[in-house]
Amino acid sequence: MCLNASARRLLSNPFSPASLMSLNPQEIDRIAHLARLALQPAEAERMREQMNGFFSIVEAMQAVDTAGIEPMAHPVAAIQDVALRLRDDVASEPNQREANQRSAPAVDSGLFLVPKVIE
Amino acid sequence: MTQLHDMTVADMAAGLKAKRFSATEAAQHFLARAQADMQPTGTGSFLALNPDATLAQAKAADARIAAGTAGALEGVPLAHKDIFVTRDFPTTAGSRMLAGYQSPFDATLVQRLADAGMVTVGKLNCDEFAMGSGNENSAFGAVKNPWDASRVPGGSSGGSAAAIAARLVPAATGTDTGGSIRQPASFCGITGIKPTYGRASRYGMIAFASSLDQGGPMARTAEDCALLLSAICGPDPDRDSTSLDVPAEDFTLSLNADLKGLRIGIPAEFFGEGLAADVRAAVDGALAELTKLGATLVPISLPRTELSIPVYYIIAPAEASSNLSRFDGVKFGHRAKDFTDLESMYKQTRAEGFGPEVKRRIMTGTYVLSHGYYDAYYLQAQKIRRMIADDFQQAFQQCDVIAGPVAPKVAWKLGENANDPVADYLADIFTLPASLAGLPGMSVPAGFGAHGMPVGLQLIGNYFKEAQLLNVAHRLQQATDWHLQKPKGM
Repeated sequence: MCLNASARRLLSNPFSPASLMSLNPQEIDRIAHLARLALQPAEAERMREQMNGFFSIVEAMQAVDTAGIEPMAHPVAAIQDVALRLRDDVASEPNQREANQRSAPAVDSGLFLVPKVIE
Repeated sequence: MTQLHDMTVADMAAGLKAKRFSATEAAQHFLARAQADMQPTGTGSFLALNPDATLAQAKAADARIAAGTAGALEGVPLAHKDIFVTRDFPTTAGSRMLAGYQSPFDATLVQRLADAGMVTVGKLNCDEFAMGSGNENSAFGAVKNPWDASRVPGGSSGGSAAAIAARLVPAATGTDTGGSIRQPASFCGITGIKPTYGRASRYGMIAFASSLDQGGPMARTAEDCALLLSAICGPDPDRDSTSLDVPAEDFTLSLNADLKGLRIGIPAEFFGEGLAADVRAAVDGALAELTKLGATLVPISLPRTELSIPVYYIIAPAEASSNLSRFDGVKFGHRAKDFTDLESMYKQTRAEGFGPEVKRRIMTGTYVLSHGYYDAYYLQAQKIRRMIADDFQQAFQQCDVIAGPVAPKVAWKLGENANDPVADYLADIFTLPASLAGLPGMSVPAGFGAHGMPVGLQLIGNYFKEAQLLNVAHRLQQATDWHLQKPKGM
């Protein structure tokens, strides 16, 4: 497990005030970049305050002892084994390229257009 | 004859089969009401109509009735939450990102209800990508509660609930990720059920949090919900990988079963300090009616009820941040006009296309899934999620169904929580536990609280016990008239 310092603090001592997670502006910029969201400076600051407000209610979660508990992804797994199915790898849909591209912002000759990526 | 818009789905289905009125007449009647409601004085429930498509569907229904090949719900009108993709209507998910989007296919639920003969009147407003508890996060305007136009209808299926309460449609689809069918049903005084996770196909439901999202019906009575749910449920193995191999059921068969000996679990944590006195009084009143019908109340505990808030608001945004990465301005939806390269096109497109709540959840989700935080947040939340699900299994050893409030208070004023997104999150406390556990849950009218606003009774069943919930709700509705009350002027 690879945790940075603040997350490690948070896990080891959930009730200490130091564990109260607080995102700084650089972290907000980093997350916004990962999420491919352009945030105006005022918007980023409001986001930071609101996310920090939210994470204050997340603290309670860190105090729960979950040793030996399996994470649950499909809720019905609480009562039965649930296996995600794989279907046979064969084409099942008709070709609907035109219908599928009808709502695309930019299309040419059946291709989706994006800004130039390779010089 | 009762006015068409005051009829239940069951009444209408019978009237259509007996040819007392035609599907075309019904479609015209509801289209006219929907069109009138789309004026500024209306509820704001509808986002899109397509009268030609609606009338063509009605004509086909009339032909099947004439030919004696009518489906179970032939000719009965309904409308779909705008989170379900539809071939005949634009689909926006309440987002500017998808303004004008036209799907090449129908969602499985849309298809199944059409197969049963239902006629689509239009698409209904909702919180953007179903993220919200008041329908105030729609890019196309808030929805007004028909009981008090200054209050929210609840969310995220707010348009569905308001349209049913305002008699604009007899039934609608909704989706429930953390309470989005039950809470607006409660706030608008109607009936709604979220089935067991995996019973209703998610194919064509624009994804918010895939391990939680579940579609279901909303209507005025439990019987109507049973009729629609019977058409909706069943495996969709080729199109939804989490669809369960559980056969469809006729949920109307046991509606009248006796409640004698039914053990109703009352979770102490649902009746604490946070519950408003008026809501508590209404819920207690409904529980008293159920005891008159032979049920007994059993005290139970769901000890991790409060924890369901952070657990849900970690898991749902995490899954949302992944699901919403598809909105990048390439294959569908909005694309920014001004950008310098591919990356800035993504960033500008998403900045312009998403509203503030969606951005907050994408940011939170991205953060909790990012390197170094995944275990501390997302995995920890998934582990507590299992503990919450196990708590329910403990509780169901002592009771058959669980009952309590849907929400801590009645519908709040529009704009009241505008600067405090966490206030909306906290109000989801009673619906989140069943969502995390994937259990079926419903809201049934239980009278009125402060300001004459409706209050819902929440019923939670064990996995696949939808029929039992509908039975309890139906018997309650046979004994009471809360579900028959209608807002002034509707």
